[in-house]
Amino acid sequence: MLESIVFYTLAALIIGFGVLVVTTRNTVHCVLFLVANFLCVAMVYVLLAAEFLAIIQILVYAGGIVVLYLFVVMLVNLQRPPDASSGRRRQSSAGFALAAVMLAEISAILVFSAARPASAAASVAAPTQPAMGNTQVVGMMLYSDYLVPFEVASMLLLVAMVGAIILARKEA
Amino acid sequence: MTSTYLLPLLKIVVILNAVLISVTFMTLLERKVIAWVQVRLGPMRVGPHGSLQPIADAIKLLLKEDITPARADKWVFTLAPIVSIVPALIAFAVIPFDREASFFGYRVPLVVADVNVGLLYLVSITSIGVYGIILAGYASNSKFPLLAGLRASAQLISYEIAVTMMLVSMVVMSGTLSMVGIIEAQYNAHVWYVFAQPVAFVILFIGGLAETNRAPFDLPEAEQELTGGFHTEYSGMRFALFFLAEYANMIVVSAIATTLFLGGWLRPFPNVEWLWVLGYVPGWIWFLLKTFVFIYVFLWIRATLPRYRYDQLMRLGWKVLIPLGIANLIVTATFKVLIGHP
Repeated sequence: MLESIVFYTLAALIIGFGVLVVTTRNTVHCVLFLVANFLCVAMVYVLLAAEFLAIIQILVYAGGIVVLYLFVVMLVNLQRPPDASSGRRRQSSAGFALAAVMLAEISAILVFSAARPASAAASVAAPTQPAMGNTQVVGMMLYSDYLVPFEVASMLLLVAMVGAIILARKEA
Repeated sequence: MTSTYLLPLLKIVVILNAVLISVTFMTLLERKVIAWVQVRLGPMRVGPHGSLQPIADAIKLLLKEDITPARADKWVFTLAPIVSIVPALIAFAVIPFDREASFFGYRVPLVVADVNVGLLYLVSITSIGVYGIILAGYASNSKFPLLAGLRASAQLISYEIAVTMMLVSMVVMSGTLSMVGIIEAQYNAHVWYVFAQPVAFVILFIGGLAETNRAPFDLPEAEQELTGGFHTEYSGMRFALFFLAEYANMIVVSAIATTLFLGGWLRPFPNVEWLWVLGYVPGWIWFLLKTFVFIYVFLWIRATLPRYRYDQLMRLGWKVLIPLGIANLIVTATFKVLIGHP
């Protein structure tokens, strides 16, 4: 009971902050609403007993990436948004298309998990040994079952980092 | 019921009050220590040897006019001091003062929450604290605070990387993210980690100075260049909140260093049987003593070293501390794999 009250409050806050992020005119305020949004998402993770994920959410998104957003916003100092009237129609139709794809994906996941509830639950529960904590399980999974995706993702980040350095050095 | 809600609440109340009182008196300590280093007396007027000076200061700050500049971004201007004090205070939730203490027959662990991601929690909380400074700089709508805010955030982000690298090698050493677990790992390893990981200790200490904006890295409030720094436009209690946050952060960094490197609540030589006399001193007193040593060194350094230039600061962070941190992590991990449990 208490848990569902907290969940629905958080869900409402997340949606509310999300709407504010896209509707607010002041860019710095947008970024702040984004931080609030991320913090609420982290609280949902805590509610799901995934405290490691919650902390990483705060550390990486709220604490790291958004600070850099804020940096860029302040250095660029956008007084008003760049003239977007030319591409607006195409952008909004692309937005609707993406939203439709997302909706289809979520409903597909829902349908599939409803079709085979027992096996889905089993596959989630099996690797979670009760003796190990959440964090240890995540670590073991990353370096055993999901080793290749993990390495691919870190490779991608490395490439992005090298690329950024090359772009920055061209000026000097 | 009692143990789930009432007991943590009681601990929170006690710790918050203790932190705020010690922060208030740290301002006096700082003025006194710097005065003694400079062969002065420091505050002497209020109370014996100026010992009531912090209370006079607090009353003054509370009574001062609270000014919001006309062109400031009002909401963000109000939000910024709150955002900087809250992370500084909630960081104390995972700091273990003692394994347990007995009150009226109850045995109570002296930590609010021994979560298994304690160390990561501290890192993420300090990364949120950056917002307070950067927002204060932005919301003041004034040149010096904005420059100081950007400077401060660049500094914090740079040094966070080195400090986090070092914390990862401590996690590799102890095999746990829990603050209590790290202290127990030191007990089982028969060594304080300051002797096992001297490089990491130095990096954490330098990084801690930089992350709390203390001298010699107090560029965000370099008076000569930036008037008052990011809090130039703040007055009264809001100004005081920034200072409370800075001093509370100093205590947090000292407590983290104590936990990670000086064995937290453990007495000196915890495994040596014939020094059992030291065991009569309660663990939390050892913890506070060790923390106090770090705080004193913070003040001592401020009175001794001149301020870094900004490019020197960045060079030290990116070209010395981060490579050193990565090298330390690699060496630690290699030893851990080769030896098993160093």
